[in-house]
Amino acid sequence: MNASPVSPRPEARRSRTALGWPLLAPGLGWLLLLFVLPLAGLLPLSLSLPVDRFGLAVRFAWHGANYTTVLRDHGEVLLRSCGYALAATLLALALAFPLAWLIRFRGGRWKPLLLGLVVLPFFTSYLVRTIAWSTLLADRGPVLAVLHRLPGLGELRLLNTGWAVIGGLAYNALPFLVLPLVVSLERIEPALLEAAADLHAGPLERLRRVVLPLALPGVISGGLLSLIPAIGDLVNARFLGGPNDRMIGNVVESLMLVQMQLPRAAALALLLMLLLAAPSLLLLQRHGRDGALLP
Amino acid sequence: MKRRADPLGWLLRLWVGLTYAVLFAPIAVVVLFSFNRPRGRFNLVWQAFTLENWRDPFGDAALSQAFLTSLAIALGAALIATLLGGCMALALARRQLRGGDWISLLLVLPLTTPEVVLATALLSLFAAQGLARGPLTLLLAHSLFCLSYAALVLKARLEGFDWTLEAAALDLGASPLQAFRRVTLPLLAPGLLAASLLSFSLSFDDYVVSLFTAGSTVTLPLHIAGAFQREISPRIHVLSSLVLLTSVALLAASSRWAAATEARTDGGIPNPPT
Repeated sequence: MNASPVSPRPEARRSRTALGWPLLAPGLGWLLLLFVLPLAGLLPLSLSLPVDRFGLAVRFAWHGANYTTVLRDHGEVLLRSCGYALAATLLALALAFPLAWLIRFRGGRWKPLLLGLVVLPFFTSYLVRTIAWSTLLADRGPVLAVLHRLPGLGELRLLNTGWAVIGGLAYNALPFLVLPLVVSLERIEPALLEAAADLHAGPLERLRRVVLPLALPGVISGGLLSLIPAIGDLVNARFLGGPNDRMIGNVVESLMLVQMQLPRAAALALLLMLLLAAPSLLLLQRHGRDGALLP
Repeated sequence: MKRRADPLGWLLRLWVGLTYAVLFAPIAVVVLFSFNRPRGRFNLVWQAFTLENWRDPFGDAALSQAFLTSLAIALGAALIATLLGGCMALALARRQLRGGDWISLLLVLPLTTPEVVLATALLSLFAAQGLARGPLTLLLAHSLFCLSYAALVLKARLEGFDWTLEAAALDLGASPLQAFRRVTLPLLAPGLLAASLLSFSLSFDDYVVSLFTAGSTVTLPLHIAGAFQREISPRIHVLSSLVLLTSVALLAASSRWAAATEARTDGGIPNPPT
C-alpha cells in the first residue's frame, strides 16, 4: 500500500531478494507437505479400496464406484448440509444486519465497544459454547420456558431438532457477518439517506434503493464467510441435533474414525470441496490475498 | 436521520438488544454454571449456588492433564507457525519475488478448506506414511492451520511497513543482521505477538482436526467432547471461564502494548488497512 518513497540502496535490495527464497522455503515446505500433498492425495485415495475391514490400509484400484456409493448413501445428508448452512446464513443475516446498522449509524462513541462485544463471546471454547446452547435449548430450558408463554405456540421442542442445529450454526456465523457488514455500511454517508428522504423515499424504499446496493459487498462476503464453514461443520449437528439431523462432517467423521472407510470418506470430502469450489473462488476473487478472511 | 420518535428506531433497538442477548446467552450459562452444585454427574441443570468448583479448578486429574496437553500443543504450534509464518511474511512483504502472489494464494487456501476435509486429508497422509497418531501428528496438523493465520496477520502488518528505516540503519553502517535485530524486529514485535496469540487460541480451541489426528492423546476439547456422554463436570465451566478471562486480559494488554509501540515509533507500523 504505502510504497516507500526512498528506494533502498541497490546492494541492500539485492541482499533482500537473495534472502527471499531461503526465508520462504521452510514455510513453503510445511504447506506443500501438510496441505498440498495430503489434499492431492485424497483423489487417488477416493479411487481406492480398503485392504481389510479393520485397518486404515488401502490399495489403489480405479474404483470410481466409491463416488456413486457415497452419493447413494449420503446424498440426502449432502443436501441437508447445504440447506442447513443456507438457512443458518439467512438467520444470521437477519440478526447481523440490524446490529451492524445500529453500530454504524447510532453507535457514536460506543462503536468500538459495541463491536468488541460482538467478538467477545467467541473467546470461549467452541465446544463449551455449543454445550451451553444445549442447556439453553433443552426441553425444560429457559428458551422454551419463554416460548411456551407466548400464545398460539403448542408443545415445542428445540434440542435434538434441525432448528437447534441451524441456530447453532447461525450463532457462530454472527461475527463473520457483522464485521464485513459494518465495513460496507461505513461507506454509506448519512447525507445520502437524508437526500433520499428529502426526495420522499420511505424507509423501505431507502433500504431497497440506497442501502442494499451499497451494502451488497458486505452481505456477499459475510454470507460466504458464514456459509463455507457451516456446510462442513460437525460440532453443532453432534451436540444440538438428533440422529436425523446429521451433516456431511458427521458422516465423514464416522466413515474415517468408526467405519474405517477411508476411500469413501475421501470421495465425500472431495464432493464437499467441489460443492464449495464456486463460493470459495468467489470469496478469493473478492478478497484476493489481503487477509480479509481473518477473524 | 431526523430526530423524532420513530417506531422503526425502537423496533431496531429491541431487535439489536435481543441479538446481544443471544450473543451473550451461552457465555452467561458458562459463567453461571461454574457456580452450580449439580445433582449427579451432568452440570446441565441449575440446582444451587456454590463456590466449591472454584476452590480447586485443577482437582480433576484427567481434565488437568488434557488442559496441560492442549497448552503444550498450542504453545508448540504457535511457535512453529509464528516462526515459519514470520519468515514467509517478511519474504512476501518485500514484493520482489516472482510467484509471490501464488504463494499468498496457497496461504489462504487452508482457510477456505472445510476443517473436516483438512482433517481427512491429514489423517490419510499420516496413515499412508505409517505415522502413528499422537502428540507429534497433532502438533504437525495444528501448526499447519496456524501457519496460514500467522503468516497472513504478519503480512497485513508488514504492508505498511516503512522499509526506509531498515535502509537507514544499513546506511549508518549496520550489518543486515544488526539492522534486522535492532530495527525491524522491535517494530515487528506487536505483530509477532498478535500472530502467536491468534495461533495459540486457534490451536487450543481446535476440535475437528484434533479428533482426526490425536490418536489416544487427549486435548481439552477432546476431553470435553468425550466426557459429554458420561459426565459434564462443573470444573469444565470453571476452566472455560478462566480461559475467557485470560484471553480478554491478554487481548487488552497486547492491544495497549501495540498502541504504545506504535506511538513510540511514530507510526512505524500503521494498522493494516481495513
